[in-house]
Amino acid sequence: MYQPVIRCLCYLQHFVCLLQRDMVGRTRFYTASTGFTLHTTPHKGDKSGMVQKSTLNELVSGVVNRLKSAGMGFYLMVFISAMLVLAATGAGLQAMIQGHENFYNVTREMPWGILIAAYVFFVVTSTGLCLVSSIGHVFGVQDFMPIAKRSVFLSIATILSGFFVIAFEIKLPWRMAIYNVISPNLTSNIWWMGTLYGIYLMFMFMEYIFLNMNKHRPAVICGFSGSVAGILAHSNLGAVFGLLMGREFWHGPYMPIYFIASAMMTGCAVIIMFHVLGFKLNREKMGPDMERALEVTTKIGILLICVILFFTTWKMISGIAGQPGGKYEAVMALIQGKFAFSFWVFEIMAAMVLPLILFMISRGKNMKLMLIASVSMIIGIFVMRFNLVMVGQSVPVYLELGVNEYKHLMDYVPSLYEMIITAGGFGLTALLFLLGEKVFDGHKVEADHH
Amino acid sequence: MDLDNRPNEGIENVPMQQRRDFLKMGLAITGIFAGGSLLSVASTFNRAHASDFAKKYPFKPHYSMVMRQDRCIDCERCMEACVKTNHVPNVHGAYRTTILEKETPDAIGGKREFIPVLCNQCNLPQCVRVCPTKATYKDKSNGIVMMDIKKCIGCLTCQEGCPYNARYFNEEKKAVDKCNFCIDTRLAHGEKQTACAFACPADVRVFGDLSNQEDRVFKLVHQIEKQVWVLRPEAGTRPNVFYTKG
Repeated sequence: MYQPVIRCLCYLQHFVCLLQRDMVGRTRFYTASTGFTLHTTPHKGDKSGMVQKSTLNELVSGVVNRLKSAGMGFYLMVFISAMLVLAATGAGLQAMIQGHENFYNVTREMPWGILIAAYVFFVVTSTGLCLVSSIGHVFGVQDFMPIAKRSVFLSIATILSGFFVIAFEIKLPWRMAIYNVISPNLTSNIWWMGTLYGIYLMFMFMEYIFLNMNKHRPAVICGFSGSVAGILAHSNLGAVFGLLMGREFWHGPYMPIYFIASAMMTGCAVIIMFHVLGFKLNREKMGPDMERALEVTTKIGILLICVILFFTTWKMISGIAGQPGGKYEAVMALIQGKFAFSFWVFEIMAAMVLPLILFMISRGKNMKLMLIASVSMIIGIFVMRFNLVMVGQSVPVYLELGVNEYKHLMDYVPSLYEMIITAGGFGLTALLFLLGEKVFDGHKVEADHH
Repeated sequence: MDLDNRPNEGIENVPMQQRRDFLKMGLAITGIFAGGSLLSVASTFNRAHASDFAKKYPFKPHYSMVMRQDRCIDCERCMEACVKTNHVPNVHGAYRTTILEKETPDAIGGKREFIPVLCNQCNLPQCVRVCPTKATYKDKSNGIVMMDIKKCIGCLTCQEGCPYNARYFNEEKKAVDKCNFCIDTRLAHGEKQTACAFACPADVRVFGDLSNQEDRVFKLVHQIEKQVWVLRPEAGTRPNVFYTKG
C-alpha cells in the first residue's frame, strides 16, 4: 500500500544523488535489476568524506524499514495530518469555485481574515528557521551546526504551508502567476514579498539538496542567498502592513523590523519543538552536539523573547501616549478591550513570559520543559499574528468622522471553512515533518562539518 | 492761482504736524497693501485643504466632485442610480457610493447630517501603490483611479490601503470594483454628469473639471467665503472629492 508513496519519496533522494553524480563528474553504473547507482548521505563518523553508494532498491528498503519501525502513533499522526490537508484542499477548492464570500467571514471593512494571519505565521516561522539555522551552517558558529538540516527542511515545509493557505485566501491565485511576471508593480510590497519568497524557496530547496549531498560550499552560498532573500521578503511582508498610511496601528517603520525579530523568536521555538519531537519520533537519543545546539538555540530564544517584549512594550506605550487617533483605540482594544484576553493570555503569557521562565529554568538542558515552552510559544505566536492582522483592521477608516456606521471597532470571527484551511496548513507542516523524519532518516548531520 | 510763479516754500518751512500727517498717510497706504498681502496669505491657509491640492491639476480634464454636505437628505437616489448604472451586485457590502449618517445630539437646531462618500480618485492613491499587478491604476488623461479587471488577483491589499473604504470585491466581475466617476457607463457616452450627481434632487453632488476655471467645481473649491475640506487629510492621499456646506 505504501510502496508507490515510498517510491515517490525515494525519487526525491534519487534526484539529489543524480545531481551529485553530475556535479562530481563521476560515472555511475546503470544496472537493469536495480536502476541507478546512487549515493546516500554519509553517516556520522564517516570521516573519509566519500559518499556511500547504494542502489535505488536499497534506498527504498531503507525508507521502508524506517517506516516499518515506526509505531502506530506515527501512522495515526500521518493519517490525521493528511486528512487535515485533504479537508483543507476540499474546503479551499469549494470556496474558490462557489465564491469565497459564501464561505469566508471576511467583509469589505475587514478583508483579511485568519488565513492571512496563518500565512503570516507560516512565513514568519519559515524565515525564522532559515535565519536561526544559518547562524551555524552559513556563518560558521559550530554550536548551531547540528540543527541545520532539519531546520532547512522545516523552513521549506512551513513556507509551502504558507503558500498552501494563501492560495485559498487570494481570490484568483492563477492570475497572480501570470501578472506578477508580465505586469509587475515595483512600488508594491506584496509584489516584492511574493517574488522574493519565490526566490527564497528556490534557494532553500537548493540548500537542502546541497546539505544532503555534503556539498558545503554551494550549501553555504545558497544558505546565505536564502537568508538575504528571506530577510528582504519578510521585511517586505512587514512593509505590506507598515506602509499603509490609512491604518494607524500598522503604519510606520516598526512592522518590518518587528517582523524580522519575531521571525527569529519563532524560529527558535520551532527548532526546539521539532528537534525534540524528531528525536522522540525516531526513538533516538540526542548526542552531546545536538544537546549543545538546542542549548544555544534556547539562549538565542531567551534573548529574542526579551527583544520582542521590549518592542511590544514600546509599541503599547507609543499607542497610549498622547492618544494618537486610530492607534490609541487599537492599542486599548489589546490592553483592555475585545482583544485583551488573547493579548494578555496568549500573546504575552503563552508566547513570551511563560516560555521565558521555562527556558531559564531549563537552562537549555531540560528537554521536557523546553518542549512545553516551545509549544506554548508557537500557540501564543499564532494568536499574536492573528491579533496583529485583526487589530489593525478593526479600527474603521471613518472612526474619527464619528458617523453612526463606524462608531465602534469591528468584529471578525473565522468561519468553519477558514478554520479548516488554517488547520490544513498546520496539517501540511506536520505531514511533511513526519515524512521527512523517516525519508531523510532523522536529518542526520555529520560531526565533522568542516 | 498761478502755481508756477509762486516761490518755493522749501521743506524747511513745512510744519512738523504736517510732516507727521503726510508720513502717517504714506504708512497707512503701505499698511493697507502689506496687510492685504498678508491677508491673502492667511486666507490661503484657511482653505488649505482645497488650495493645497488645487495648485496642481495634472490631468485634463481633472475630474473632481464637491459635496455640498448640508443639502443631503439621505434619499439614497444617488446610490440607486449608481447600482443601476454600474451593475453593482445586490449583496451586503457591495456599493460604490454610500451615505454616512452623523448625529450631534447636543447641537443647537439640526442634530443630524449626512455625508455622502465614494472613491476620492486621489492624486496619491494608496491602492495604486500597493497593487502587485497594476490591476488598479491612475488614468493618465483624466486622473480617475481605474480597474483592469483581468489583472486583479484578489489579494485585497487595495481595500486595506484605501483610507475611504471605497473598494469591494465583486464576485460577479471576479475583481475588486470601485467608483470610476461613471467613465465607462456615462462619460464615455457623452454624458456630462455621473449617475449619482445626475440623480441627486438636492444638488449635493457637484461633478466637474478642476482644471477648467469656468467650471462650477473649480469655483466652489476656489473661494474663501465657505469652508472647503476633504476627508482624512492625514492619510496624505490628496483626494479629489471636496466637502463644503451651503
